[in-house]
Amino acid sequence: MIPIEVSSLKKYYGEIKAVDEISFTVDEGEIFGLLGPNGAGKTTSIEIMEGLRKKDGGDVKVLGLDPWKDGYELHKKIGVIPQEFTFFEKTSPREAIIYYADLFGIKVDPDEILREVLLEDSAKVMFDNLSGGQKQKTGLALALVNSPELLFLDEPTTGLDPNARRAIWEVIRGLKAKGKTIILTTHYLDEAQQLSDRVAIMNLGHIAAIGTVDEIIAEHGSGERLEIHGSKKLADYIKKNTSLKVEYREGMVSIQLKQKIDALAALATAEQSKLDWGEIQTRRDSLDDVFIKLVSGMVDEHGEIIVESKNRNVNG
Amino acid sequence: MVSAKRIASDFRVFSRGYLRNKFGLFFGLVFPVILIVIFGAIFSGNSSGTIAVYTQNQDTGPFLSPQMDVAAQFVQALNGTAPDGTRISDTWPIRVELVDSSENFTKYLADHSSSDGIIIPANFSANYLAGKADSVTVYGNPTSSTSGIVSGTVNGVINLFNLKYYNSNAIPIISITSTTVNTEQTQYVDFLIPGLIGFSILVSPMFSLVNISSEYKKTKLFKQLSLTPLTKMEWLASKVLWYIVLTAVSFLLMVVVGVLLFDAHVTLTVWLIPFLLLGPTLFASLGMLVGTITKNPETAGVIGNIVTFPMMFLAGTFFPISIMPHYLQNIAHVLPLYYVVEGLNNVMVYANYTGALIDIAVVGIITIVIFAAAVRLFKWRED
Repeated sequence: MIPIEVSSLKKYYGEIKAVDEISFTVDEGEIFGLLGPNGAGKTTSIEIMEGLRKKDGGDVKVLGLDPWKDGYELHKKIGVIPQEFTFFEKTSPREAIIYYADLFGIKVDPDEILREVLLEDSAKVMFDNLSGGQKQKTGLALALVNSPELLFLDEPTTGLDPNARRAIWEVIRGLKAKGKTIILTTHYLDEAQQLSDRVAIMNLGHIAAIGTVDEIIAEHGSGERLEIHGSKKLADYIKKNTSLKVEYREGMVSIQLKQKIDALAALATAEQSKLDWGEIQTRRDSLDDVFIKLVSGMVDEHGEIIVESKNRNVNG
Repeated sequence: MVSAKRIASDFRVFSRGYLRNKFGLFFGLVFPVILIVIFGAIFSGNSSGTIAVYTQNQDTGPFLSPQMDVAAQFVQALNGTAPDGTRISDTWPIRVELVDSSENFTKYLADHSSSDGIIIPANFSANYLAGKADSVTVYGNPTSSTSGIVSGTVNGVINLFNLKYYNSNAIPIISITSTTVNTEQTQYVDFLIPGLIGFSILVSPMFSLVNISSEYKKTKLFKQLSLTPLTKMEWLASKVLWYIVLTAVSFLLMVVVGVLLFDAHVTLTVWLIPFLLLGPTLFASLGMLVGTITKNPETAGVIGNIVTFPMMFLAGTFFPISIMPHYLQNIAHVLPLYYVVEGLNNVMVYANYTGALIDIAVVGIITIVIFAAAVRLFKWRED
């Protein structure tokens, strides 16, 4: 069975189309990343799949069930960490696991789950005294109590420091290794790239691109480029004397290479020009480049996406 | 559908969290007891200060000279000043509140919630001066601590008059006649205990649930819980159970403190049980309802206060509503807590079980309506 099938899913908040006709499937055993800036519609989509929000149109099947109508049944089979996970302040992770096991009416070994999420050391610390990363790990632990095959992780590392993020990644990779299917939302490019088998880039309620990171780069990226440190004059000279596609940006002449041999023509022309030019390199579009193209946004120094929200203020 | 096991595990986690929160524990258990101590000390009047005793002087004369008005001198002596103008004692225990001789004295005592009173009969002065036996009537309630002090003091004053104005060989001319009154409210503290039990039945569950339900909504803890098999009905049931337990403990604490510190008289019967069960259910549900229908914790807090404060003061918690003006009494009658406090008073003070039955019915109906509304309107998930 295909764990998740979404077709033409719609969710409107008044005039705002938070999710506008998106379709995708998630295969068994893969990590599927929903990547996008804040307000792209990631959380709305994932909450509809979890049965926490009602859809306005389209079709959603999770483990063969309608998440809204069959929510009570579905919740026994899935594990979820909601965005900004919180729990009862005066309860320890260990007690929380036992509580969940009681609610699900199952027997678990709390210590084994704590080990799985790397939280043995803080098993008896009250929730309000845990660090951000430990709180998220508690959330992960609770999501695992009912041994679900399908996990929903909504921005599992937002607001955490780099070490805590890597620790969470390690846990997530461990879960994948056990064959669990994981759907993950994130606004960190590196997180999507590090963890996901396939990624859907969401923007303004739409899916702008979907596939493996390589597929997305191949489809939406500009392929291999030759970059020469040089002047605008040099760029113009090469453009005039070759049939190559040349761009100039901040002291960098960028030439698209349809085939590798194009680089030779470009360099020969540069040499001919008698103009000064410096370092050369060839590179491919990274996910960052593609992302900026698709989302028309910016990536800050932490790899976090900053986008001008176009009159949208819905979170998720 | 409803699972007792899940209620029990939610109850366990919630109560443990509650007990670990020292502030909540203080507010729930210690605060009402402190209120009893404070209000009891201020108003009970037997620890310090003087006891006000309603006194009706029926001897209106006529007197040929002021010296012939022995009744007036007797009243003066009851206030602690001997006929020769000296203070009898520095720590005189009683203070006379004169009641007009036209009043029906028994009714007057009842209306003023007092069991202590003195009547000086007509012709008292003339009889005394003529050496004819006469008697002063002292009203009192044998179970009240003030009554003993009053009758002892009156006895002392009578002795003073018997010794001073008559020769010592003869039989005393003034004697004391005791009349027992069962005034409806014997002491302020007797009334205060049911009132403050009502107060704690209201305040703890109400504030707590307003707070929890709006906070859980904001922090998405409800969403989190909706992902487990726990149902919202089970969740609310476990909160209600906890506040019933807390109310029972708080009830016992208050009764013990009231009895030990203030000599309060409370009747403990099975009739109390419906109120101790229904009360917390009602106000936990009402708090839940307020938290549910408001958008954020700030609004919930404000609405919670608007609903709670009138009940806190006007439902007969700190003061009997009979002393309030009529329009406030009308307001009191629409407050759910009023019927809880009235019921507790009916059971604990007046032994009026017919009245209590009506209160149970009223509280029961309100509770069912509010609980059902809270469960219905309360949403785990969002549309």
